Amino acid sequence: MRLRATLALLGVAALTLTAVPALAAPQTSLPDVEDEVMCPICGTLLELSDSPQARREKAFIAGLIAQGKTKAEIKDALVAEYGHEVLALPRGSGFDLSAYLVPIVGFAVALTALAFGVARWRRDGGSPESEQTEKAASAGPSDEDAKRLDADLAKYDL
Amino acid sequence: MSARSFFAFLAVLAVVGLLGFGLLSKGSSIEVGDPVPDRELPVLGGAGQGSIADYRGRWVLVNLWASWCPPCREETPALERFQQRHRSRLTVLGINVQDNSDDALAFLRENRITYPQLRSVGNERSAAFGATGVPENFLVDPRGRLALILRTAVDDDFLAERVDPLIPDGRS
Repeated sequence: MRLRATLALLGVAALTLTAVPALAAPQTSLPDVEDEVMCPICGTLLELSDSPQARREKAFIAGLIAQGKTKAEIKDALVAEYGHEVLALPRGSGFDLSAYLVPIVGFAVALTALAFGVARWRRDGGSPESEQTEKAASAGPSDEDAKRLDADLAKYDL
Repeated sequence: MSARSFFAFLAVLAVVGLLGFGLLSKGSSIEVGDPVPDRELPVLGGAGQGSIADYRGRWVLVNLWASWCPPCREETPALERFQQRHRSRLTVLGINVQDNSDDALAFLRENRITYPQLRSVGNERSAAFGATGVPENFLVDPRGRLALILRTAVDDDFLAERVDPLIPDGRS
């Protein structure tokens, strides 16, 4: 009796140990994944989709989470099933790299053009009108202004 | 050419280039009489690859489908019956698109579908056929040219009325 009980206990323990891999601790969660992948048919983020395909995709992800897969592994599995279009963020390689590079390069070009423009503007003395204003200021008052000035000064002859 | 004009020219070139890229990126449009778009694809649930060309010399009814698609699930038994009726001259070839392969295989087993299946990852095959959804069906003649384009689900009556007349002798 005791032997049977011991053997039964050992059997249960063995079953539990073999079942452990199937019940691995989750490494991620569905909300953590579904905001970074697409429903390829819907063309929207998976978290915003409730189509039949989206539901199957979520069930697929849930299954992988239950197996203890990491987010990166789950994304790889999704790409293997649905193609690269399933990723909400473009890959960082190949032509997809341009999605990251083009805004950065564009911003750098714009900043450089702005810097050159400002430097050139400052070298030329500011606005185009400032040159004329400076010339006018250095020339002194016109004859008419001089006559008016003399007349005003005469009124206050002290 | 002044610097300003040069930059303006570059900007126009960039816009035109983007427009061109957008136009070229659109899915292809196919017509009856065109060669069927074809490439090697993995066999669904199996090893190796296959293509439509493997069936050259026979009529082929190419069926783009997915297991999550209710009309696809409804039409598949009709396609199986059609395959059995015309097995001496025609092959129904399923191409599973945008689907989880385990789900697709479970559906096929459940419904005892016997015609061959290929698997397309991503939307490349759908784009090649100009497909905007699933299911879509394409009849290919023995020379590999499109004989009929059906951008819809089919049933027994539809197959009898639209596809049967195109297959010589229409009997197995």
